[in-house]
Amino acid sequence: MACFLVTAAEAVVVTVAAKVAKNREMSEESVKLEKNAEIETAHENKLPWSKKLMILASLLWGGAFLLCYEHIWHGEVVPWFPFLTAMNDPGDTAEMLHEMGTVGVTMAVIVTVVWAIMMIVADKIMARPDPEPAKAAA
Amino acid sequence: MTLLICVFAAIIFTVKWYKRKDDSLMLGIPCICFWGASLMWLGDAIFGYAEDGAAFFEPEPAEMLNDAFLGLSVVALGLILWLVILLIKDPRGIVKASLRKKARE
Repeated sequence: MACFLVTAAEAVVVTVAAKVAKNREMSEESVKLEKNAEIETAHENKLPWSKKLMILASLLWGGAFLLCYEHIWHGEVVPWFPFLTAMNDPGDTAEMLHEMGTVGVTMAVIVTVVWAIMMIVADKIMARPDPEPAKAAA
Repeated sequence: MTLLICVFAAIIFTVKWYKRKDDSLMLGIPCICFWGASLMWLGDAIFGYAEDGAAFFEPEPAEMLNDAFLGLSVVALGLILWLVILLIKDPRGIVKASLRKKARE
């Protein structure tokens, strides 16, 4: 009924967190450059947190956008106030909130867990030594 | 059916993204978009299966047709979203060059 709102809310929080992480990374980098310190190579072997969070935000925004369309298709979301047809009846509202708490939360958990696994694998891939030119060509 | 169509779109774009020579087509956008939606519909499908059991896999033909139609529309919408972002970000500068050419004419 409005399960996509849970993932959309998570997407907002994650997007803000990604922006904060990016600002922090940029200020850390500028401090290092001011001190003339070498940028650690370990830094290059891992995806920065801001990028990781942006991937999660994109997964959540993309999914929430397409799911919103599905809800419009089924007539559960309308372009006039209160936008959710379930809001017109208290019984439907209770059902909608229950669905958000069950299906919506499950969706958010699935996306987040899959993202976490993806990021662990991504860090492992980035830590691998580069393939030799001969092997890479083959 | 919607989930299945979305998963196929996600797989096709992931393969295209892996085979890309550069990032000028921004293939990561439809990839992430379709995977995000697929994972969310997977959550929905888990609840559908828990509610209906095996009957979840035997939908009525009319219901299946409607779901397929929805799946195709979802893919079309995802592709439109990708195209709009691609044209606005214009990584190859093709839109900018074309606009400049029009302005000179």
